[in-house]
Amino acid sequence: MTATTVDKLVQLKVRRKDSTTGESYWEEFSVPFRTNMNVISALMEIQKNPVNAKGEKVRSVAWEYNCLEEVCGACSMRINGKVRQACSTLVDRLEQPITLEPMDTFPVEKDLVVDRSRMFNALQKIKGWVPIDGTYGLGSGPLISADHQQEAYKYSTCMTCGCCLEACPNVNSGSPFIGPQAMGQVKYFNMHPTGSLQKNERLEVVIGEEGIANCGSSQNCVQVCPKGIPLTTAIAELNRDGNRYALWSWLKK
Amino acid sequence: MPSNTVTQLNYTASTRKSRFVLSRLHSLAGLLPLGIFMVEHLLSNALAIFGAERYNEHIAMLQAIPFLPLFEITLIAIPLLFHAIYGIYLSFISKPNANVYKYQRNIYFMLQRVTGIITLIFVIYHVWSFRLGPLLSGTEVSHSLVSEHLANPFIFVFYITGVISAIFHFSNGITTGLITWGITAGPASQRVARKICTGVFVILAGMAVVSLFSFL
Ligand code: SF4
Ligand code: SF4
Ligand code: FES
Repeated sequence: MTATTVDKLVQLKVRRKDSTTGESYWEEFSVPFRTNMNVISALMEIQKNPVNAKGEKVRSVAWEYNCLEEVCGACSMRINGKVRQACSTLVDRLEQPITLEPMDTFPVEKDLVVDRSRMFNALQKIKGWVPIDGTYGLGSGPLISADHQQEAYKYSTCMTCGCCLEACPNVNSGSPFIGPQAMGQVKYFNMHPTGSLQKNERLEVVIGEEGIANCGSSQNCVQVCPKGIPLTTAIAELNRDGNRYALWSWLKK
Repeated sequence: MPSNTVTQLNYTASTRKSRFVLSRLHSLAGLLPLGIFMVEHLLSNALAIFGAERYNEHIAMLQAIPFLPLFEITLIAIPLLFHAIYGIYLSFISKPNANVYKYQRNIYFMLQRVTGIITLIFVIYHVWSFRLGPLLSGTEVSHSLVSEHLANPFIFVFYITGVISAIFHFSNGITTGLITWGITAGPASQRVARKICTGVFVILAGMAVVSLFSFL
């Protein structure tokens, strides 16, 4: 710690909520600055000394984190209005006071903690897995080319963080949309040679009520995804696959 | 305006595809009958640049098309009503956030909804003043009728706004339509498509503005 940074303070403004049913309210904090501090370390300072800017002792701010290196997806929140990972957001690159808000596209549990289970339900719905041996062995799967692996790899990095759903104008209480994360994962599992055994079942979700018809091509999802997953490419490809599948399955009826 | 909180997804197998089919028909209606008709209509109006006589001749020719009302109803009115109603529904279920996420595509997403509404108001007024109104009252539609109408500066500005909105809605609709039909999949091809559509917008809007001024 250099002498010049000792006295600097970081101003934080947190939108808090005491319980799932509580009202949300703003609370301000100021915490000592350290070089290379990120939003998580700022929140940890509040945890160490939960005193707000008015000097009152308050309940410590609740938030979630695990990996601290942008791979687990737990720490998503709206920082200065935009959704991103708290662990990879450096404090000195932000305008102050830094506003922290929960991703309220999801049900808010407490302060910055949200319930992201709709995304895990979505993965079950799209059959986000590759079927392997059941009561009998299915044998070894086909080989995958290096190109194919490279393309699939990008989608495999999805950490179910929810940033894409939070930024999507069409994921909200008025729309049934399952969201861009699920679309990316349909593309991912459908391009796997063994995963593609369930291709049509996944396409059923794509062309269903909660599916791709709800996307309005605002392309926010691809802009905010911290993993840089080409979500809009997946969406365009699923449009093509879904259109074909819908037409042919109808013509075959 | 819907609130931003979603409920849990339920697990029932999705068998209802009506939303999917409606969304494809919405795109198709906008591109094919409506888009083609709009371009044809703009070209016809551009004839006014070459004088009243040329314009009146063309109107007479169009009105001589056999079974004209049948085509107008099936190829224009029905697709238009469907496109408008479904489009309004779509604007109601989305929650634009271009104030926070100021990305170009997101701003266009919002503009697509705004221009859609302006275009609808404009088209209703326009159809009333130059098609249904004259049809009911037996007035002949001609260069002079349009000129008289556009002589009112408020109406003129309304026309410029309406026409530019419609052209924007169409050109931007081509770029999103190419995604809906799964043609431009990657970011590079989408960028090229956007450039071409910007060109389409500039050409059509320029032509339309010049045509409108030629009526003055
Ligand atoms: S492109 Fe579609 S899925 Fe992505 S943010 Fe826009 S509406 Fe949502
Ligand atoms: S697609 Fe990207 S933004 Fe969406 S949940 Fe996965 S990692 Fe997060
Ligand atoms: S703590 Fe894992 S992504 Fe931030």
